[in-house]
Amino acid sequence: MSDYNRRDFLKSSAALAAFSGASVAGALLPVSLAQAQGVAAKIRVGLMLPYTGTYTQLGVAIENGFRLALAERGGKFAGRELEFFKVDDESDPPKAAENANKLVQRDKAEVIIGTVHSGVAMGIAKVVRESGTLWINPNAGADDVTGALCAPNIFRTSFSNWQTTHALGKVMKAKGHKTAVFITWKYAAGEQMMVGFKEGFEKEGGKLVKELYLPFPQVEFQALLTEIANIKPDAVVAFFAGGGAAKFLKDYQAAGLKGKIPLYGSGFLTDGVLDAVGDAAEGVETTLHYADGLNTKKDNAFRLAYVKAYKLQPDVYAVQGYDAGQLLAAGLEAVKGDMNNKAGLIKAMESAKIDSPRGQWTLSKSHNPVQDMYLRRVVGKENKVVNVAWKALADPARGCKA
Amino acid sequence: MFIPRAGTRGQAPLLIPHNRDSEETRPMDTAFFFIQLLNGLQYGLLLFLVACGLTLIFGIMGIINLAHGSFYMIGAYIAWSLASMTGNLALAILLGIPLTVLLGMLLEWLLFRYLYARDHLYQVLMTYGLILVFEELRSLVWGDDVHGVAVPALLAGSIPLTDNLSYPIYRLAISVICLVLAGGLYWLIQKTRLGMMIRAGSTNREMVQALGINIKLLYTLIFALGVALAAFAGMIAAPVSSVYPNMGAQVLIICFVVVVIGGIGSVWGALLASVLIGLTDTFGKVLLPEYAGVSTYLLMALVLLWRPEGLFKRI
Repeated sequence: MSDYNRRDFLKSSAALAAFSGASVAGALLPVSLAQAQGVAAKIRVGLMLPYTGTYTQLGVAIENGFRLALAERGGKFAGRELEFFKVDDESDPPKAAENANKLVQRDKAEVIIGTVHSGVAMGIAKVVRESGTLWINPNAGADDVTGALCAPNIFRTSFSNWQTTHALGKVMKAKGHKTAVFITWKYAAGEQMMVGFKEGFEKEGGKLVKELYLPFPQVEFQALLTEIANIKPDAVVAFFAGGGAAKFLKDYQAAGLKGKIPLYGSGFLTDGVLDAVGDAAEGVETTLHYADGLNTKKDNAFRLAYVKAYKLQPDVYAVQGYDAGQLLAAGLEAVKGDMNNKAGLIKAMESAKIDSPRGQWTLSKSHNPVQDMYLRRVVGKENKVVNVAWKALADPARGCKA
Repeated sequence: MFIPRAGTRGQAPLLIPHNRDSEETRPMDTAFFFIQLLNGLQYGLLLFLVACGLTLIFGIMGIINLAHGSFYMIGAYIAWSLASMTGNLALAILLGIPLTVLLGMLLEWLLFRYLYARDHLYQVLMTYGLILVFEELRSLVWGDDVHGVAVPALLAGSIPLTDNLSYPIYRLAISVICLVLAGGLYWLIQKTRLGMMIRAGSTNREMVQALGINIKLLYTLIFALGVALAAFAGMIAAPVSSVYPNMGAQVLIICFVVVVIGGIGSVWGALLASVLIGLTDTFGKVLLPEYAGVSTYLLMALVLLWRPEGLFKRI
């Protein structure tokens, strides 16, 4: 009878699978059965991070950092063990709200840690603003998270996109650059970093003469590099990340622009790609809230412990994950591990002074780190710290009414 | 995440004018116009190299191969790992090509030959599955790092064009390789006995079989050729593009655009379409940066309105 129907069904499911971009790999990781048995003493922590796709390593580094903070406290925060529920968010914004809801409703997570991709973070924001679930964002830099979408239960231990480029203006003016071109991908993060830079640079009297955009995540830069050569600005500022950053740095050198027009960037331009680019990045200066060679007691201890635990070098993402653990621990210690005392918990977290490997930081009113931005220069395979480009830089938190 | 919705994600709404700095834009002078022309041609030729394998598999065998981008990625990773083992990119490519031909033959023999008679949706489902499998294997075998491949010393220099801009010799070399390959493919398909069988096979599979030609073997060879072309593109592009996870997804969509504009199965069409797209993309980015994401798709829409079957008929 229904061979025909069966076929139709197969066809439509095939179409669905292919065109909605649903992936087998994205299915939920198995969830512990302990929740059914009601082990009440454990705090339910939802980890919503990318475990597949381009940002896999970033997700893993964040989780490693978080777990290191936990291990340093004997596996407990304020005497309470943690139970982890993991969701692979695949860095896929359309699935973000659904994935966050799984943690909130199915797993009854009391706190969510995540994520890397800003588009996904917007989805989490929507969910936790409704449910009131505590959320600590250990990376995604979208300005809105602690701007228009800010809320008492939303915290960030990383940065806002605006912060990562704002200090550059001061640095570049000091070097005598009067005009600059900004080049990035045309999407929220790129545009926010452009604004952060533009405000900083123009306040110093510099002029941003041209914004050059590439559709995300294209990497064919040749046409825009030619345009830069045509405009001849005093300096170029760039934001790309990962493979795109590696390619940009190499193309910039191959086009003969390196050494003729100095290149600056958001720190992400040169983070995690130095092994891939040879000497193309040598001397490039960037600003970020973390750097190599800080040589503080805290940073050295953190790096040693991280290498010991994971046989990997820590990076800025590991630091942000570690600080997410530290922030949660600080809050829980103040309320003696009582997750139900939400007001007390939030208040304690708000006023926490985090002793981070990046240096001490506090939270702004909108719950974004007020932190030192370092000027770093690429030397060999490291983003060596040059100095503090901006002491205790706070995000303007535009649109935050909380 | 594996198939980027190219040009749409995170874009500002298109209707909002966004030209705070347009008064600063200086007109392009002649020298820069020609350099941009060169950029467009060069990008187009690289696109052709990836797309011609797709047009062969799609046009002759009738297979919608979403995994084509994965072959591009596999080629790049093979080039990277062999080049770091042997210290020589040319040698790595020479060793890598037979490997990818074998991979293509194996895949055709194991999987693809069961798809010829089936609906396109089955093909989409299986080749999409293959993307996931290849990504996961890539992660297991090679890890998730970004890697660089050194440009061979012989081609490492740049030719100065203006006072502050030079053109990398390696990019010019890629263009030459692409042109040679385009000529070679034309010769293979139009002038050789094998090419005659391929053309015949694409028109009428049963008749060719009845004439005593081993059509199964022929298809295996075509598929392997398509895979090897994509992988070869990945190999020679590796020094300029770097090697990174999911790199195939970026070229896949644009390759389908090339194939559709050029006419499915037409090698010449693919060449012309690649160059058209290269030029559109280059000048689009420079002249209308706000609309760079849509310029190539707009070109596709216009071509399809004008010639729904693409610029050229198949083969």
